[in-house]
Amino acid sequence: MVNWTVILDIAKKQLITKFKSTAIAALGVTFGIGAYITLVSFMTGLNNMLDDLILNQTPHIHIYNEIEPSKKQPVDGYDAFKNSFNVVHSIKPKLSQKKIHNASPIIHFLNKNKEVKGAIPQVKMQIFYIAGSIEIAGNLTGIQPVEEARLFNFRDYIIAGSPEKLKNTENGILLGSGIAKKMALSVGDRVQISTIKGDIFPLKIVGFYQSGISDIDAIQSFVNLKTVQRILGEAQNYITDINVKLYDIEKALLLSQKTEQQFNVTAIDIKTANAQFETGTNVRNLITYAVSIALLIVAGFGVYNILSMLIYEKMNDIAILKAIGFSGNDVQYIFMSQALIIGIIGGILGLLIGLIFTNIISTIPFKTDALAKVDTYPIDFNVWYYIIGFSFAIISTFFAGYLPSLKAKKIDPVKIIRGQ
Amino acid sequence: METVLEAKNINKYFKKPVLFHVLKDINFKINKGEFVSIMGKSGCGKSTLLYILSTMDTEYEGELNLNNDLITGESRQKLTFIRNKHIGFVFQFHYLLSEFTVLENVMLPAKKLGEKSIKEIEKDALEKLKILNIEHLAHKRASQVSGGEKQRVAIARALINNPLIIMGDEPTGNLDSHNADNVFNIFKKLSVEDNLSLLIVTHDEDFANRTDRIITMEDGRIIS
Repeated sequence: MVNWTVILDIAKKQLITKFKSTAIAALGVTFGIGAYITLVSFMTGLNNMLDDLILNQTPHIHIYNEIEPSKKQPVDGYDAFKNSFNVVHSIKPKLSQKKIHNASPIIHFLNKNKEVKGAIPQVKMQIFYIAGSIEIAGNLTGIQPVEEARLFNFRDYIIAGSPEKLKNTENGILLGSGIAKKMALSVGDRVQISTIKGDIFPLKIVGFYQSGISDIDAIQSFVNLKTVQRILGEAQNYITDINVKLYDIEKALLLSQKTEQQFNVTAIDIKTANAQFETGTNVRNLITYAVSIALLIVAGFGVYNILSMLIYEKMNDIAILKAIGFSGNDVQYIFMSQALIIGIIGGILGLLIGLIFTNIISTIPFKTDALAKVDTYPIDFNVWYYIIGFSFAIISTFFAGYLPSLKAKKIDPVKIIRGQ
Repeated sequence: METVLEAKNINKYFKKPVLFHVLKDINFKINKGEFVSIMGKSGCGKSTLLYILSTMDTEYEGELNLNNDLITGESRQKLTFIRNKHIGFVFQFHYLLSEFTVLENVMLPAKKLGEKSIKEIEKDALEKLKILNIEHLAHKRASQVSGGEKQRVAIARALINNPLIIMGDEPTGNLDSHNADNVFNIFKKLSVEDNLSLLIVTHDEDFANRTDRIITMEDGRIIS
């Protein structure tokens, strides 16, 4: 039978009289947990920001026509060579159209799927920006601006103007910030672009686009879907790309495979296209957790040390408790509860310190050209980090307390009392 | 006469550093209300015997009966309970928990036993302190009272669960003659008035001569 009130009372009283060492042990845990919370919130915040930088504007499934050689060469169809080993040299890509065949019905079909948040068309083309006698190569993408803003956070990357303004201006262009800088252009100015064929079109600048990746910003601009179709001299069903956003990113692979088979197009899911980001995120998480666990192990040794000292000092008390009828288990529980009290107090304080630190960090200005929409350091406030941190504190102090308490349990009272 | 404690053929060996036969065939009985002292030279095994009788030392041969129940071979859990409920212990050094007040020290074994409410235990503890004339110390820290007083607190603590027997390992060994006298009188009074059995190991001949019976030990045997 364990009498917890008595055990906790003894544990508490001993900790209070040893306030200094208790406080130091608890502070070890506090800093361990505080550092963990700060580190993991900050690192994850940064990770998410970097991932969002690429992944938010990346479609979950990208559908287009790949220029590729035919999988089936004519010789394969010739019966006479059916059982022989054929070698075809110098295969050229198949001549096919860039546009997606029957794009509108595909978009319509995808939009009806319950897993799809939205599927929107784009037309991509190569152009030259004309600045006097200089021609700068670039990409022009025809989009539905408001839809892009809804599905792919397009608005976050517009540093001047708005998607609505582009939509309402027929000859408008959202110019990449890099080109604008090169050509010293500002909103309201006109810029001339030329197609590969040599046709020149003047467009009115309604805003600037900045993705944060300067190589892209130096070439990429956006216009309305209709504008680009007109520049190309194509009909309204001329669509080169379909971008799909899903509710659940995990379903991207399956749906992309299904779409590829069903419509005879190329469909790439986000994970295949951006595998390196996941690797980076995983490695960063690994580092965060490795550092945090190291901190907590150090804190655990602090607790171990102080409990061992306490038990050494309290040998006589342990002997007397055993003599007056406390069992070895009772004595072990006393020291285990001391370890856990240190863990709980240190852990809660650590969570508070982590919360305070992350709040302070989240107000520190962080301004960079690469990230248009970020003003302060990014912090990921996630209740799970607090739950994990607190569990860490309890588990590490539990183990740190277990060995010393086992020693206390095994102390032979006769030896102590007679040793005097 | 009712027997409280009975030792039958107790043998004990120390295995370290060399095999040594400490207790040789110990047989004796203690009756209810009897005040018994154990005397002998240092190293004759009297303290070793006492710790076997107190159930703290379980590595011995022979049989031990408390209140006519065999307690040899009982589980540690059971022995801890017996120690808590039926045996009161007083040591040469007072061994109070210094973080607690005198009253809390006295209450501790009863709280562990958990048979009474905290209020009742507190009332009992104050009563025991009163018997020992130290109720004015009740709320002082254990570390702030004098040596003689500490020993009386330890006796109060030994009494709190109304044990069958009180065992003492030179309880007066560390006290001046005035305090030693005081402690003896308390023991005597408990033996006479409350019919409590006492078994006290001592070096003090005066103390021993005033008890009901002296068990003299030499070289691990009872010689008288």
